[in-house]
Amino acid sequence: MKSLILIVIGSALINNVVLNQFLGICSFLGVSKQIKASASLGGAVIFVITIASAVASLLYDFVLAPLGLDYMKTIVFILVIAALVQVVEMFLKKTSPAIYKALGIYLPLITTNCAVLGVALTNVQDGYNFIESVLSGFGTAVGYTLAIVLLASIRSRIHEDDVPAPLRGAPVVLIAAALMSIAFMGFSGLSL
Amino acid sequence: MNKYLERLYNGLIKENPTLILMLGMCPTLAVSTRAMNGIGMGLSTTAVLIFSNLVISLLRKAIPDQVRLPAYIVIVASLVTVTELLIEAYLPSLYEALGIYIPLIVVNCIILGRAEAYANKHSVGLSVMDAIGMGLGFTVALTLAGLLREMLGNGTAFGAQILPAGVEPLGIFVQPPGAFLIIALMIAIMNAIGIKTRQRHLVDGGCDGVCAKCTSECKTGEVSAK
Repeated sequence: MKSLILIVIGSALINNVVLNQFLGICSFLGVSKQIKASASLGGAVIFVITIASAVASLLYDFVLAPLGLDYMKTIVFILVIAALVQVVEMFLKKTSPAIYKALGIYLPLITTNCAVLGVALTNVQDGYNFIESVLSGFGTAVGYTLAIVLLASIRSRIHEDDVPAPLRGAPVVLIAAALMSIAFMGFSGLSL
Repeated sequence: MNKYLERLYNGLIKENPTLILMLGMCPTLAVSTRAMNGIGMGLSTTAVLIFSNLVISLLRKAIPDQVRLPAYIVIVASLVTVTELLIEAYLPSLYEALGIYIPLIVVNCIILGRAEAYANKHSVGLSVMDAIGMGLGFTVALTLAGLLREMLGNGTAFGAQILPAGVEPLGIFVQPPGAFLIIALMIAIMNAIGIKTRQRHLVDGGCDGVCAKCTSECKTGEVSAK
């Protein structure tokens, strides 16, 4: 039980997917302009990464590994993720239009978020079983949401500041991300 | 200028994928801890890009428009798998250093972006030149970032000691925060000397993180839905 909790905390804070592993940077920098949009994207990412980790783990353990098709995992995972996002989208549209509406455009966009494929591949690499994979996926996605909402909050302040001309735009956002990354390095001192 | 050479110039300088278009930021930030890693990652991506542009350009009349994105993804994923196996077999130390970022070339924005923006509309020769230009542009930017981080953070360049022994290198630059700082610095310098970057889509959230769809044509405020 303790090791399972550690997986969640470790993947959310210590090995933060964005600030430490640099996955999902595109959407991290692109969407973080508004807090509300960031939170919606975070919600969608939690949803998709958790399900994708579960499906990828089952597929790997019961199909790819027994058949010796280990080398096919990149192709299989990316197709599964693309299909999964479509299925989740259709399912949500039918069953809970409210959530579907709240997630809006962010749902289909997740296919190309490299964090999803990254988590699926890391789980296999680390030899996680089904439950561990799901928890690590969930933790990673929570870490992503935390990082993007925090950055969006910082950016809403930067917006009002007088930034030196060459740093306007992307550089100042990247510097804010660097400072967040330094703050998150503090978690690596946690003795787990 | 010859239109084939123009493609090379375009990829290396005019539309440099990393510094001007700001595509493929994940590997740029992640593997630029050493100059050597930058070259390795850049050339692996270039190889995948050349073959994906080649195949997609050859098949551009055969692939139906509605299923083109899944078709591209399968082509790119197959090429990446081949590249990964080759690196594992012949360059084990590079394989170790790049790790998970080799299979993640599949979701590199540059590759699908070029397929969508260029290879599916142009002849094979031009598409391959475009891939070489873009790939080299990516490699140069990645190596430069890697070299800066390695020099500041480790006191070495391509593994050779360049800082005098008494000078303590700034370790932060080889840690994750250093990646953000160096890239921010590189873009700020380009802004300061007046080179216009096309970072608007990144800042204004025009593409909303749709790496694959972030092509050079991407307009600000345009959200592409499926």
